Amino acid sequence: MTGEMILTRNFARSDAHTLRAYLETGGYRAWAKAQAMEPTAILEEVKRSNLRGLGGAGFPTGTKWSFIPKSHAGPVYLVINADEGEPGTFKDRYLLERDPHALIEGMLIAARAIRSATAFVYVRGEYVEPWRRFSSAVQEAYAAQYLGHGFDIVVHRGAGAYICGEETGLISSLEGKKGWPKLKPPFPAIKGAFGAPTIVNNVETICHVPHIVNRGAAWFAALGTKTQGGTRMYSVSGRVARPGVYEAPVSITLRQLIYERAGGVTGNGRLKAVVPGGSSAAILTADEIDVTMDVDGLKNAGTMAGSAGVIVMDETVSIPEALMVVARFYAHESCGQCTPCRESTGWIYKITHRIVEGRGRKEDLDTILDVAKRGAGTTICAFYDGAVGPYISYIEKFRGEFEAMVLK
Amino acid sequence: MPRLTVNGKQIEVPAGTNLIEAARHAGVEVPHYCYHPSLSIAGQCRLCMVDIEKAPRPTIACNTVAADGMVVLTETDRVRETRKSIMEFHLINHPLDCPVCDQAGECWLQIYYMQHGLYDPRMTDEKVHKPKAVPLGPHVILDAERCILCSRCVRFCDEITGTGELGIFERGDHSEIGLFPGTELDNKYSGNVVDICPVGALTDRDFRFQVRVWYLETAKSVCAGCARGCNIEVHVNRRRPHHAEGRRVARLKPRVNADVNQWWICDAGRYGFGFVDDNDRLLAPTRREGGTSSDATWDEAIGAVAAALRRLSPDEVGVIASPRMANEDLFALRRLLDICAVRRVGAQVPPRVPGDEDHILIRADKNPNSLGAELMGLGGDARPVLDAARARQLKCLWIFGHDLMASRWPEAEVLEALRAVETIVFTGTNANRTSERAHWVLPAAAWVERDGTYTNFEGRVQRFRQAVEPLGQALAEWEMLDRVLAALGEAPSATRAEHWFRRLATVVPAFAGLSYQALGDTGRLVAGSVAARAPR
Repeated sequence: MTGEMILTRNFARSDAHTLRAYLETGGYRAWAKAQAMEPTAILEEVKRSNLRGLGGAGFPTGTKWSFIPKSHAGPVYLVINADEGEPGTFKDRYLLERDPHALIEGMLIAARAIRSATAFVYVRGEYVEPWRRFSSAVQEAYAAQYLGHGFDIVVHRGAGAYICGEETGLISSLEGKKGWPKLKPPFPAIKGAFGAPTIVNNVETICHVPHIVNRGAAWFAALGTKTQGGTRMYSVSGRVARPGVYEAPVSITLRQLIYERAGGVTGNGRLKAVVPGGSSAAILTADEIDVTMDVDGLKNAGTMAGSAGVIVMDETVSIPEALMVVARFYAHESCGQCTPCRESTGWIYKITHRIVEGRGRKEDLDTILDVAKRGAGTTICAFYDGAVGPYISYIEKFRGEFEAMVLK
Repeated sequence: MPRLTVNGKQIEVPAGTNLIEAARHAGVEVPHYCYHPSLSIAGQCRLCMVDIEKAPRPTIACNTVAADGMVVLTETDRVRETRKSIMEFHLINHPLDCPVCDQAGECWLQIYYMQHGLYDPRMTDEKVHKPKAVPLGPHVILDAERCILCSRCVRFCDEITGTGELGIFERGDHSEIGLFPGTELDNKYSGNVVDICPVGALTDRDFRFQVRVWYLETAKSVCAGCARGCNIEVHVNRRRPHHAEGRRVARLKPRVNADVNQWWICDAGRYGFGFVDDNDRLLAPTRREGGTSSDATWDEAIGAVAAALRRLSPDEVGVIASPRMANEDLFALRRLLDICAVRRVGAQVPPRVPGDEDHILIRADKNPNSLGAELMGLGGDARPVLDAARARQLKCLWIFGHDLMASRWPEAEVLEALRAVETIVFTGTNANRTSERAHWVLPAAAWVERDGTYTNFEGRVQRFRQAVEPLGQALAEWEMLDRVLAALGEAPSATRAEHWFRRLATVVPAFAGLSYQALGDTGRLVAGSVAARAPR
């Protein structure tokens, strides 16, 4: 199963990031078409396409846009989340580096749909080359008059915090504050950046928009499953023969992705486990990979599509060690704003570290499970629920391996 | 006005009320740390979880606005379990050394652990270590390990004082409260962060380790530091007199009064009680003759003052009353002056340094009862009295409280006046350069040692209550004036300050209808006051 490349169609061209190359491959035609459409018509088209957010939450994009209050008189902001920080995810980086004009064109169309005159692109601080490429593309778009006529793009660089990829943490950071997620309600569509109605969309999500406008919602929806249209870019890493970014329809199975696209397990080793949607997704065992990679398919499998960061582990990988690494990440990146996350991410890391060092106790495993379950759903943002995904699934699915360590 | 039920009780609350306040209407306390009614909603502590019918999981009450038909349950099994979990999270990195923590006894970690925690601790790993005993400013000291990062202090400095000295630095379980570089927590209201800190993280440098809080007793009072009249509690230590070097007044704490000071008091008021237990307190009536002073009895002192008033013509007597005296004192004085027909009287003595003022609480007028003195007809300028003394027209000058030597009046003119008068009577709490020159010194009780009322700048009459006994033989001014009146043949009228207030309420029109009972804990406005005409 390979299918048509949509987002990555120009990646082979070494000059794909330039305006010339973009125009040569049909760029900005969707924008020309969208300018003749009423904003509500664009919104309805996107709704019908079944495009879902590709940053992690998988929320229907058109529905999100429709939350902007109709009667709002002041500014409305479009914010692009390019703070790609979910461990195992590196697809937006490719889009920013290799097809930045696709994002700009998508933003022009999205902004028209939500009646926004200003957009912010929040680029992950460590993404220096993607930021350079995208900034040059913005300059080209200004010079070519796509931008500056009723729509402006401000490029903002982050400073290296995972939590600034959470949409309200991102907004706080953009506003010049510490990147703390905000209490909801109010939701950003009502009161977001600088107090104005704001839509935060992922890079990849918006890159799809020109294609939906060009080729129609029905075409896009047909690429995917009943509840999610289109393709998406899967970042495949870990113990596979050909790690990298693979575009595929969301109806592809995890097995196909690993074995048909990424060349199977490194050195023909035995598959042990896969994290299918970035580090926050619950882990799957080797015999759980016959699942489709769309939002609902993975949800039904007890995990999530998340950011589509596929992390492959073979028999050489110690699951307790992997959990310790993940736990260290969440302890380090917890913003510290609300109590359950602040206190228990550090605690759970200490326990996993102790287990890996051979000082684990039998009751540690149930303590982690109990603490994680008690903390889940009690916090301001989804960060902690993301951490709970691995805490619980690694132990529940590989309990024997943990027990062998704590009972030694 | 949304109607909802809380634990089965139907209530109606103003639109916009959150569920913590709505529950209070129903007599239900929802435990919380970060929520404070005067600060923005932070939603950080996650303790105020309640169940709302049809909601998939418990929700924080602080950020949920009461809605019509809402069914709120605060004591379901899953709410109790959630609270227990949140308490555990708050405590895993908290030091377990309550016996050496100054907050013990008034710590909301202790209180809520006993009410909602009571789990068996599971945390066996090394706790996170953070800075301890860090002075943040002249009044406040931080123990970052005890901090639960509720951010109340940060929001106070951002939203109430607008000074923004504090922030939360670092991330995750290494987060800690701290000062922004180059700042110090030295705003005029810094002590309030200690009050709103629910735990032992921020403590008062002046108070900590002086006395355990369970030895303290409390009296409702009013700050005497300026014309605002902030409502306070006076905390006194009578049960452990050997602690705190014998100081009886341990601390002052703000008392909520929505119309006066809300939850706050300024640092000047909070820490301005040192004079009460100071070594320069006047303890007994004294007589000074020919440069030597000696203790006298109250009978001798009262007799001498009464004799002077009887002997001298009214124009030979001058009185400098004080806007620091209570309404009861001023009315008793008014009565005495009327009987003796004394007209040379004033109360306003200009301070050497004009008082500071702001838009929060602090008033430039540092007297608690200027308006009361004015309503009693005693609020006038005292300068004519001084000038009469300088002109050798006075044989007796009675000064209440003021240190004229420390006023804006030129010292030479004050000295000239004091030298020109035969009998100077000084009434006050503490010795000063004016009392040193008096022939009779009558020791007065400090405001925390007696009952009384002040009228604040808006016309609000507020009670202050006795917290400790007067030091030595000191008496409230109304009491000594009562004795003088008795010596002049008036029938004794008062055994309590309240008796003078009753008489005052029948005579001074602005006070008509007021009584101690009517004043209650938060006071009442005098008739015709500006605030009474323009309700807030």
